[in-house]
Amino acid sequence: MVVRVQEESFDPGAEMNLFLREAAGAGAAVTFTGVVRSSPGDEVRSLTLECYRELAIAQIQKAVAEAEARFGLLKTTVIHRFGTLSPSEPIVQVMALAPHREAAFAGASFLMDYLKTDAPFWKQETTSSGTRWVEAKATDDAARQRWK
Amino acid sequence: MKILYFAWLRERLNKNEEDVVLPADVETVGDLIAWLAARDETAELAFANPRIIRAALDTDIVDHATPLGSARTVALFPPMTGG
Repeated sequence: MVVRVQEESFDPGAEMNLFLREAAGAGAAVTFTGVVRSSPGDEVRSLTLECYRELAIAQIQKAVAEAEARFGLLKTTVIHRFGTLSPSEPIVQVMALAPHREAAFAGASFLMDYLKTDAPFWKQETTSSGTRWVEAKATDDAARQRWK
Repeated sequence: MKILYFAWLRERLNKNEEDVVLPADVETVGDLIAWLAARDETAELAFANPRIIRAALDTDIVDHATPLGSARTVALFPPMTGG
């Protein structure tokens, strides 16, 4: 497993190519990339992620170990950024390798649901009307609950 | 014991961390939050809704009923919004 919690940006395509180079004949690789959103009418100027890095690494490693055991993943990489990001910059990338697609999709989905509610990151958005902490969503809690 | 604060809890308390010496009757995470909240008006406001505050003992996320035990660091923070 590879778990990286970093301030610097990353190249989603390059990370995926690197991940696939060592895929050892597996049949399915799923990559999810989360990017900073911004839309007309809800324009985000920047997104700042605060994190408790030591705890984040420990929590994500535990989640990856659980995902690998539960879904039979062959290899997993999670990259999560902190610091101040601009719209369209990548925030997070989860890559799951498995013999077949069901396990790869499920593993990536499980890990993303986990990161939303159980990894110690806190988002703060800056828009034209100011800066505010993003509130936790009940839909994210519900998504997390379905794996329990 | 060292206490770390994050996100809006850190802002409302106006501190990132502090070292505290706890009274013997502060046994659990919930006791700690109640004790911190009772210290002054700023803390009372910051912890106005204690149920939503999450906690970690060293590198484990725990619930409010968990004994503080021999943890060296307690982190207190709002619900997480990663991903």
